[in-house]
Parts: sequence; structure tokens; C-alpha cells
Amino acid sequence: MDLLKWGRSPWGEWVLTHVSWNLFWGSLFAGVLFLVAHASYMLFSAHRKRAAAETDALEASHKDLPVKIERHGLAARLFHWVMAAAMFVLLFTAFLPVVGVKFPWVQWHWIAGLVLTASIVFHIIHATFWLDFWSIWVGPKDIPEFKAELLREFGHDVPGPKSGKYPLGNRLYHLAIVVTGLAVVATGMFMLVRVRTPLFIRNPYLFRDSTWGVTYVTHGLAGVGLVGLVIAHVYFAVRPEKWWITKSMILGWITRRQYLEHHEPSRWPVGHGPSQAKPAGRV
Amino acid sequence: MAVIRDIIPAFELYQPQSVDDALRLLDKFGADALVLAGGLDSMDWLKDRLKRPKAVVDLGQIKELHGIREANGGLEIGAMTPLTEVVKHPVVREKFSILMQAAELVASPQIRNQGTIGGNVSQDTRCWYYRGGWNCYRAGGNICYADTPTAINREHAIFDADRCVAVNPSDTAPALVALDAQMVIRGPKGERVVGAEEYWIGPGIDITKMNVLQPNELLTAIRIPGTMAGAQFYFEKVRDRQVWDFPLVNVAAAIKPNGSNIGEARLVVNAVAAIPRRLKNVETAIVGKPRNEETAKMAGDLAVQGAQVLRHNGYKVPLMRNLVKRAVRGSEGGAWTS
Repeated sequence: MDLLKWGRSPWGEWVLTHVSWNLFWGSLFAGVLFLVAHASYMLFSAHRKRAAAETDALEASHKDLPVKIERHGLAARLFHWVMAAAMFVLLFTAFLPVVGVKFPWVQWHWIAGLVLTASIVFHIIHATFWLDFWSIWVGPKDIPEFKAELLREFGHDVPGPKSGKYPLGNRLYHLAIVVTGLAVVATGMFMLVRVRTPLFIRNPYLFRDSTWGVTYVTHGLAGVGLVGLVIAHVYFAVRPEKWWITKSMILGWITRRQYLEHHEPSRWPVGHGPSQAKPAGRV
Repeated sequence: MAVIRDIIPAFELYQPQSVDDALRLLDKFGADALVLAGGLDSMDWLKDRLKRPKAVVDLGQIKELHGIREANGGLEIGAMTPLTEVVKHPVVREKFSILMQAAELVASPQIRNQGTIGGNVSQDTRCWYYRGGWNCYRAGGNICYADTPTAINREHAIFDADRCVAVNPSDTAPALVALDAQMVIRGPKGERVVGAEEYWIGPGIDITKMNVLQPNELLTAIRIPGTMAGAQFYFEKVRDRQVWDFPLVNVAAAIKPNGSNIGEARLVVNAVAAIPRRLKNVETAIVGKPRNEETAKMAGDLAVQGAQVLRHNGYKVPLMRNLVKRAVRGSEGGAWTS
């Protein structure tokens, strides 16, 4: 089974040209397989979350907290949904023709790509200057939380740390999206120079054939990777126990009880500073 | 790159006696099979060793694909009917003379004796980068060598280029669109009929194909309805060599008068895009108007709106404008018959 496509350049060199669509089917299959496996596991899982009594006690001792706590500001939510729409257009325009639905997809694809790129640029600036930039990243400091979450997944009641603003799964997913998203956007912007748009004068000779090949293959690999990642993301977004997070991405806030049940107040303190949770409704 | 050799690559030759047998072979070999009609396009590919099929399915022995039959005031032409037979058929000459004119302008008499109407409408593009074995978009690569700053692209598209700028080279295709023909396709799931306008597809839809045929399907016949029988026809082809060449641009027009004005019109231009380009905006604009110089000039100007030229094919814009103008005006001299 071919994973990559090769072609011969006019100078007789063998150069990469594309990824094989077998990888698309692989990613689609992996995404669906993960979905089925996780859903099956969750039917029987002994996942331990903070006990209701413990949450009750926390809520009683945090009466000073607002009833609604802002989790995502309007700008962050707008970015998320614009990016999601652009991502769906990109995936459907890229892969519907592969599965047999033929239509003129290129123009829709590059326009959606520009929207995605603009939204990512906005997000980087917004997160750098207006949000707690590091709250979404994972690093060695998260190892205790990782261990604790793993043990909870297997039914152990451990006192280890809860997450800050973003659950560990969110942060790992964000890391994967950063890698694939930036790869697909960076390569896509160069590939835009090869198609007719009102934006650039076409320059198919910007790179040599072998470099273009790597560019196309990177774009393809990131693209097929995003198929599996988006399936996983949508799956988690609609899972009942994760619905409170999805709802917060629509409404912007979570309840005080959700805040105390799922987060470590010391890692995501409410009330002061740009990195801290604010009562909903305040800017 | 393409190197013409005397010996073509080895393959298994199949000569089925029926369409069903041919379809079974195509279903078995899929994309590894090459369909051979007259062989004029296919043999190029084989001798260049750019296509190395495992199996060649020669349709020459299938009698049901041959011949022209009258049906419902129109015609049904078997896909394997030689172009010469189309040219000489009395009903074609009497009622659908535009097809006779178009078929007679295909290549040379020898080629028309061998070439079939199914092959002529289904032939691959003549882009010489693609035919030369360059690894372009259409060949599965990631670049159009004909759409680069230094490309030789005199024959290429001025409309609807979508990464690839190759054009459809058929002469009979625009005539069939003008006649509102239907293409009969058979495959493992049975028969389907598509309008001629939907038969050809551009690179935006599928950059590696020229038409809707799947690897396991055959074009078996072309049905020409009687709706445009006896209309005022015009066909003109401009080419580099008058005796034998592909079109630089060709135009086909079928016009039904309404009194002294144009009542109904179908105008089609080929070799300006990857599919025969029907000029619906021009048709709409000229209906109800007299067939005179003023209408013709307006039609020509309208026809070329939106054209995007490459480095060497800018001449196609005035050429197409004038061909459409002549077709609408009905000038003598464009078409000729034997």
C-alpha cells in the first residue's frame, strides 16, 4: 500500500508529489475506531470525579464566588466557531471529491483556508496579549495531573491535582491542533501561490520541485491528520459528560458548581487579573 | 519524458464480441484496462509508453456499437461508428448537417476512416506537456507546466482553467452539444444517459479526467433528438494546418428562426476550455433579434467576456469573438462539405 505519491520531475529526479488517499481512509478509520472504542469504554468505565459531597463542601466554602463564571470571552468564542466553520469547509472541500462527490472545490478551499489563517493569527495575538497564554499548554509541570487523571480513569480515588482552566485532554488536543493546524496553514499559504487567485501573481517556480513535493505532502499529512482529530473533537463535544464544556463555548460561562467540580481553584483562581476567571457578564 | 518507440509495452489484448463481455473485462481490470476504439489516441499513449495497461479492450468486434439508426425523428449513432460513415450518412447530411461538417473537419480522410465518433468525443487532451509525460496535475502531479511564466501555451485554455489549462480538442463535441445530443453509457449497474453538456468535465470537477466515464463504463451510443433537425447550422474550425490538425478554436451553432428574427439558438465553442463551452449568455442575448451584423457583433463581444489569457494564447480571444460573430451572422465560407 502506497502512503506517499512520487513523480518524476522534468529533470528526471524522483520527487514527492502527494500523500496517498489511503492515508485519508486510515485517518477516517482511526477516528471512528477511537470514537467507538472510547464510547464502549465509557459505558463501563469507573472514572472517578470529585465526589458530590466534596463538591458540596467546596461550594459551601466558596459562597463568595459568582453563580456564573466566565470561561470563554466573546472574542475567544467567535474565534473558535469561525475556525470550526473554516475547518469543516476545508475538510469537506478537500475530501468529499476523494470519496466521490465531485464539485469545483478549489476556490472554496482556499477561501476557507484564508479565513482559517486569519482566525489563527487573531487567536495568537488575542491569546498572547489578552489571555493567559500558558494556561492551554502542557509541560513537565502537568505530570502529576496526568498521573492523577490516569488513575481516576481506572477507578482510583486519588487526591492529586485537578485541572486549571483547561482539562488535560483539552491541552493535549490543543497541542495536536497547533502542530497540524500550523503545518496545514503554512503549507497552504505557499500552495496558494500556485493557484489562480486575485491575491497573488502566480509563481509556480517559488520552490524547486522537491521542495514543492515536501510542501504538498506536509499539507496532505496534516490534512488527513485533521480528519481524525476533528472526529475526536466533535465526539467529545457531544458527549454528555463533556457537554458543560461545549455549552461554555457557546454561552461563555460555567456554573460555580461546575467550576468547583472540575477545576482546581488554586490553578484557576476566580476574581483577579487577566488569567483568572471572572464573573460572567463582566468585561 | 515521452520517447516514441517502435515497440509498445506488453499487454493482454481482449477483443470481446459484445458490450456485456467488454464491461466484464473493464470491471475485472478497472483502471488497469485501456479501451481501444479507433486507436488513434490510444496508440499514441502506448507508443510513448506513458500508459502501460495490463489489458487492452478492443471494441472493434462489437457489432452493436456500430452503425447509425433512425429513432424518434432523430438518430442513434453507435459509438464505434467511423467518422467517415457519419459524414456520408444521408440523414446526417439532410437533417443534422452540422455534425457532418464537424466530422468532416476531423483530421485526414485516413484518420476519419479509422477514427470513431465515440473516440473523437472521448479523446484525451492534446496538451503537449501532459502528452509528453510531464508529471503535471492531470497526470497526478502538483503543477501545470503549461501555466508557468515560460510555458509554451499557444493551444491552451482561455476559460475555466482550474490549475490545469488543457483544452478539449474534439470537433464533433461542440456539434453534438449544439444538437442537444445525449450520451448513452453502459456500466456494471446498467445504462445511464447523460446530456452532451454533462458528458465532459473540467479540471475543477476532476483534474485527471475529460469526461464522466468511469473505468468500468463504456460510451455505447450517441442519441441526437429531432428537436434541432433542419435548423440553420454553422460550423467553423480554425487550425494551423488546413489539411490535418486539431482546432485552435472551433464553433458550432444551431439556430431556429422565428420570422425574421432568431427564435432559438444553441452556440458552442471548443478548444477554449477543458469542456465544450456552451454560450448560454449569448444565446439568451440573441434570441428575438434579427440575424444581422449588429447582433453578431454583440454576440461576439459577449462570448469572450471573462476570458483569461496565458502568455501565448491571447490570439484566441479575437479568434473566438470573430468565430461567434460569423456563426451568428451566418457568414458563408466557414463551413464546407465534400
